[in-house]
Amino acid sequence: MITKVVMEALSPTMEEGRVITWHKHEGDAVSAGDIIAEVETDKAVMELQARGDGVLRKVVAGEGTTVEVGKLVAIIADADEDISGVAADGKPPSDVPTPAAATPAVPAPPTPEPAATTSRVKASPLARRMAQERNLDLQSIAGSGPGGRIVKRDLEGARPAAARAVAAGGYEDVPLNQMRKTIAKRLSQSIGPVPHFFLTTEVDMERAAEAREDLNTLGEQRISFNDIILRVIASALMRHRACNAWWMDDRIRYFGEVHMGMAVAVEDGLITPVIRNAHMKTLREIAVESRAMAERARERKLTPEEYTGATFSVSNLGMFGIDEFTAVINPPEAGIIAVGAVTEKAVMRDGELEVRRRMRLTMSCDHRVIDGATGAQFLQTVRTMLENPLAIVW
Amino acid sequence: MGVITYRDALNQALRDEMERDPDVFLMGEEVGVYQGAYKVSRGLLEAFGDRRVVDTPIAELGFAGVGVGAAMAGLRPIIEFMTWNFALLAIDQVVNSAAKMYYMSGGQVPVPVVFRGPGGSALQLAAQHSQAFESWYAHIPGLKVVAPATPYDAKGLLKSSIRNNNPVVFIEGEMLYNTKGEVPEGEYTVPLGKADIKREGTDVTVVCHSKTVSVALKAAERLAEEMDVSTEVVDLRTIRPLDVDTITQSITKTNRCVIVEEGWPFCGVGAQVVDDVQRLAFDHLDAPLIRVTGADVPMPYNKHLERAAKPNPDKVIAAVRQVAYLD
Repeated sequence: MITKVVMEALSPTMEEGRVITWHKHEGDAVSAGDIIAEVETDKAVMELQARGDGVLRKVVAGEGTTVEVGKLVAIIADADEDISGVAADGKPPSDVPTPAAATPAVPAPPTPEPAATTSRVKASPLARRMAQERNLDLQSIAGSGPGGRIVKRDLEGARPAAARAVAAGGYEDVPLNQMRKTIAKRLSQSIGPVPHFFLTTEVDMERAAEAREDLNTLGEQRISFNDIILRVIASALMRHRACNAWWMDDRIRYFGEVHMGMAVAVEDGLITPVIRNAHMKTLREIAVESRAMAERARERKLTPEEYTGATFSVSNLGMFGIDEFTAVINPPEAGIIAVGAVTEKAVMRDGELEVRRRMRLTMSCDHRVIDGATGAQFLQTVRTMLENPLAIVW
Repeated sequence: MGVITYRDALNQALRDEMERDPDVFLMGEEVGVYQGAYKVSRGLLEAFGDRRVVDTPIAELGFAGVGVGAAMAGLRPIIEFMTWNFALLAIDQVVNSAAKMYYMSGGQVPVPVVFRGPGGSALQLAAQHSQAFESWYAHIPGLKVVAPATPYDAKGLLKSSIRNNNPVVFIEGEMLYNTKGEVPEGEYTVPLGKADIKREGTDVTVVCHSKTVSVALKAAERLAEEMDVSTEVVDLRTIRPLDVDTITQSITKTNRCVIVEEGWPFCGVGAQVVDDVQRLAFDHLDAPLIRVTGADVPMPYNKHLERAAKPNPDKVIAAVRQVAYLD
């Protein structure tokens, strides 16, 4: 039986594919399901399977040839079968298509199933109810049941989603409008690949310091200024999603969750482990996790998943006595905050000279994503929250 | 309280009710002189005489019909079928007469008859004599269907069935007659339509009835000892009306359910339980319900095949592990 091998739609958006390699050659025996070629799609290199048994009689599209979806790339048939009718139909694809005259009735190969959508969450009815009652985001939970079904045990110990509305889906891609494209192009031309600008603010850390001291009397887990800063920035980002974003050349990806990069100096360099869903974690959890991450970073034990995928980053040189500095953005993130030392300073408050603990924050912004006022409003929230640390739980 | 057999518990119920109410009488093949094929009616002919313990010809349709007529005329007959396999010959009287008269007479003619006898498989009685018909009768509006698992329940449920004004199909376990349990000598009844929790547990609910209760209990014991799984065993006791409340309350606690029955899977008792549970307790389910049933074949005569065709503790354990996501 003759089986026409055609370019299949190997991704949902694929319109054409380029044959990279033929794994089978003319004269090779093939069975249905064999990988006969590798095809480059718009997304990845995929495998093309044989849909019938026989001998690969003719390769129509050689390696490197680009073929439209649905067009002939090869013919599988019995060794002695007459394929002239099909072969005539299968001129090289770059040619003008010839009318399909006297084509033998060959059944079209089955269209492959479209790639399964990943958006549907499989969960038991009980798990769904528990998630609803406890405000858990099922999207962020890995299921341990058959086929990844989320079951009761997967929800035990799960934490509530901070912001349900934005948590669903994780992020939102917003296409660039013409103005944004122009801003991007011009700013990139003016100051390098990532057009930085910088915003600095001084924060009164007196109340944060008191809160920290109080928490540390509990004795369970020491909380550092950096932990408080990470936690506050995560919360502030949830209120200023415009700053929790990636520049992706043709679009901006706005995230509904905060994955906080935390720059850690290591022996001969720097790495940025990521605290996932930092906006959903307690100060204590942040403290535990940031220490563990820093430790693993210094021991060079971080896995790639642990240092990629941040939506925003924080770099702290306060421990080196640096009062303020500018940090370089880690693309595709759109911003990073540089944290200086907490130092005692003489400041005027209500007309009186007072000694207060103060700290300077400098935010580097990617101007293609964040405009001046946008960044300033975000930084204002960070400052307000640090000066009223109870805002963490607000 | 004495420890007696299921057979003797039934005998006590018959004797008690015949003493209590002169309208109660027993009729069937070999119930009198031979004292019952399974000796359930032992001593009753001697005690009550041949007007109240009546031996019949081998004619199930006929004596079932006599029973329905007697009930319509005001008596409370107990019709014994030597087994429910033979009752197939009488099913027209059970389904078309007993179950319908009260309805078709506009409530004027109740039919307080009990049809009773052993059901299910025994050992190597082959395809025609190894059948569990609970679901057949439970399908019929107008019938109550009772299937006790223990001597205590057998006595209490039979007394309630005899006193009930509706036709009751009372299916005993052929392999249960010799099983023993504690049974009070005096008066007590077990209400129809009320399931019983035979073992409390927290992880999985196993719904069962009749002979499969002991299968479930054996499985529960091993699950607890060997796998640290806590199983709640719910004995339906009455198939119709089904005690949906007890089942759903248990599943609300355990979130998982396995249903065990001796009958065939298609349209079985468990299918009805699944229907009720998915509707009434959907949000409490953490796994699909799984049924352990008799194999979907005529019962094989071969000993090994017969064993393979019946529910057993291993099958129940496998199902429990599956709904508890332990595999």
